[in-house]
Amino acid sequence: MIEFSNYDILRNLLFATQWTILLSLAAFIGGTTVALTLTAMRLTRNPVMQRIVKIYVELFQGTPLLMQMFLCFFGLSMLGYEISAWGAAILSLTFFTSAFLVEIWRGCIDTLPKGQWEASRCLGLSFLQTLRFIILPQAIRVATAPTVGFSVQVIKGTALASVIGFVELTKVGTMLNNATFEPFKIFTLVALIYFMLCYPLSLYSKHLEKKFNVSR
Amino acid sequence: MLYFSDLLQYSDVFFSGLKTTVELTVLTTILGVALGTVCATVRQYGNRAGQSVVSVYVELIRNTPFIVQLFFIFFGLPALGMMLSPWQASMIALTINLGAYSTEIIRAGLASISKGQVEAAKVLGLNFRQTLTRVIFIPAFEKIYPALTSQCIIVMLGSAVISQISVQDLTYAANLVQSRNFRAFESYLVTALLYLGLSILLRFAFNALGKRLFAYRTSN
Repeated sequence: MIEFSNYDILRNLLFATQWTILLSLAAFIGGTTVALTLTAMRLTRNPVMQRIVKIYVELFQGTPLLMQMFLCFFGLSMLGYEISAWGAAILSLTFFTSAFLVEIWRGCIDTLPKGQWEASRCLGLSFLQTLRFIILPQAIRVATAPTVGFSVQVIKGTALASVIGFVELTKVGTMLNNATFEPFKIFTLVALIYFMLCYPLSLYSKHLEKKFNVSR
Repeated sequence: MLYFSDLLQYSDVFFSGLKTTVELTVLTTILGVALGTVCATVRQYGNRAGQSVVSVYVELIRNTPFIVQLFFIFFGLPALGMMLSPWQASMIALTINLGAYSTEIIRAGLASISKGQVEAAKVLGLNFRQTLTRVIFIPAFEKIYPALTSQCIIVMLGSAVISQISVQDLTYAANLVQSRNFRAFESYLVTALLYLGLSILLRFAFNALGKRLFAYRTSN
């Protein structure tokens, strides 16, 4: 039987942390891209587009992330689409992230007074110009803090990928637990590593929030 | 091709899973919000030691994944001699999780109460407990009610994870059914829709409750 020293445990956990970080980054990038598209669709003020975005948000905010992962991983393969655990995790986390980011950004854009849109139209700016020069520069400033805050939820969400067999921090934790029977130590370490990933982001988000509130 | 009819014979499995999920949700919502209320009060009005204990608790829970908290409680605590059934472990984990989030939310509500109201209550001779229950809590909860209830729904959805420690909730039912008839897509799709229905229903219930709880606004 293989013995695991404390050093081995920590080394394995830290190695797995790379996959957690990578998955978080991929999900965050994917989520932001989809959320940008959806936000643009919503801003067109086309009722059909707005309806689609609304249903999308309702669907992915109203169902558990775990269920979305199961659907992407087991469900799609049963339908004949081969998908790896990595692919299924990215796909479902992208849905999850984008559904929440669209709502967060919606709130940010809606805080800008409507008069700005009207004023821009009076000044002869096109829709895209208004977005590019008037709305986005302000909205981005408001949106940064909650978006950074939400990235913590993305990192925590990646822990669920362990359930569909993607080997990241939580999965390695359970595997080490099965090999060493030291659940208290191992899950404490796993939790601490997650904490060290998430807490700086939480703090940064809070800091940004304060900064923004002062400058207003 | 999709074969939803294959699921019909398992409707009682889904139903009993749904029941477990609803039971746990109701129980943990009540306990979690109660825990959050106590912690938020300590965080806002308690002494310095109490405040830092609550801060550490809130930050630890908010910055770690729920599944790790669940595993820690279910696998980790028995190593220290605390044996817990899967159901007990999930209830504790869900309560602690919701407690931390609701502490933050409720604290924001408490902070939004203007100082003048508290001072006025003092001048009128109300003691601290009376001030809390009659002057501070109701308007504070009214302000944060939407945020608090959507957090409760998020925790309900997060409870899908407890199937991993073999609590027989709705997700467990989905796994069971798909392992019997290999209709994974259909089984998970139906379960996802059941969760969706549950979250919409919860939102309606919370809205109706909110109208009742804060009816004093419109009645006078």
